[in-house]
Amino acid sequence: MADDIETRVRKIVVEHLGVEEEKVTENASFIDDLGADSLDTVELVMAFEEEFGIEIPDDAAETIQTFGDAVKFIKDAQ
Amino acid sequence: MGLANDKSIAWGVAQACAEAGAELAFSYQGEQLLKRVGPLAESLGSDFVVPCDVGDPASLDALFDRIKEVWGGLDFVVHAIGFSDKSELRGRYVDTSPENFRMSMDISVYSFTAVMQRAEKLMNEGGAALTLTYYGAEKVMPHYNVMGVAKAALEASVRYLAEDLGKDGIRVNAISAGTIKTLAASGIGDFRYIMKWNEYNSPLRRNVTQEEVGKSALYLLSDLGSAVTGEVLHVDAGYHVVGMKAVDAPDITKA
Repeated sequence: MADDIETRVRKIVVEHLGVEEEKVTENASFIDDLGADSLDTVELVMAFEEEFGIEIPDDAAETIQTFGDAVKFIKDAQ
Repeated sequence: MGLANDKSIAWGVAQACAEAGAELAFSYQGEQLLKRVGPLAESLGSDFVVPCDVGDPASLDALFDRIKEVWGGLDFVVHAIGFSDKSELRGRYVDTSPENFRMSMDISVYSFTAVMQRAEKLMNEGGAALTLTYYGAEKVMPHYNVMGVAKAALEASVRYLAEDLGKDGIRVNAISAGTIKTLAASGIGDFRYIMKWNEYNSPLRRNVTQEEVGKSALYLLSDLGSAVTGEVLHVDAGYHVVGMKAVDAPDITKA
């Protein structure tokens, strides 16, 4: 199940940012490493909320900077 | 005007208009939005994408000059633009700062009037304009705050514009859309809770989609709505008629 979350998050990131799967590593920063702009980060958070049926409040969204952050937040929220 | 991404209400409107055979142009503000608006416009067969900052009169002039140059005229315009500092879309309305009050009114209200000043010159009899509003203009909704005040002013301006432009056969209307999870809505506090509440308590017991707003927009923008002007049409699954929580609605708690 844990791997499953990682796969689903990675799929969203790859599709949304149009980056190669290999680049989406644990410490990859959406903005610095994956070329996201500020709207992308909001759109990613919305996509995670939709995919996992969770709410990511603004203050939490601001702490989600990397792929690993996103996976961890979603795991904790489940 | 005001398309951001494929979650935008403006996208639902654009799709409905394109399906009905409309030729479309899109305005966008800034590179971040061009990246999104360009491909969406292209998918509807349009390469007419023009930058516009509605807070800048010269930028608005340039947009409408360009439309005049390319099309020579304009049948309809859709204004789906609003702005407020996100930090004031939570907490108390009474704490609204003068700077954000002015900015919210300027971008969310005056910009529609500024658009119509220019659009009317390109429109003939049968021209139509549409803006988007929300129930928070009429009743207090949590966190909507200064945007509720701005939307109330926007709805009033729809009525005054309808009178001014009606003499030339130009119609001006608004759609008060139910809650939809858009990029702009992500700035509103507790939005998921608000969505749930609407779903449980609207007469249709559901939320509405961008596509449904698009269909109603098509009615107001086309000849189907030829005698309708100055109207604020609620496309909200009926939520605006409700006075109390539905007896069958489950109790819900904030996320």
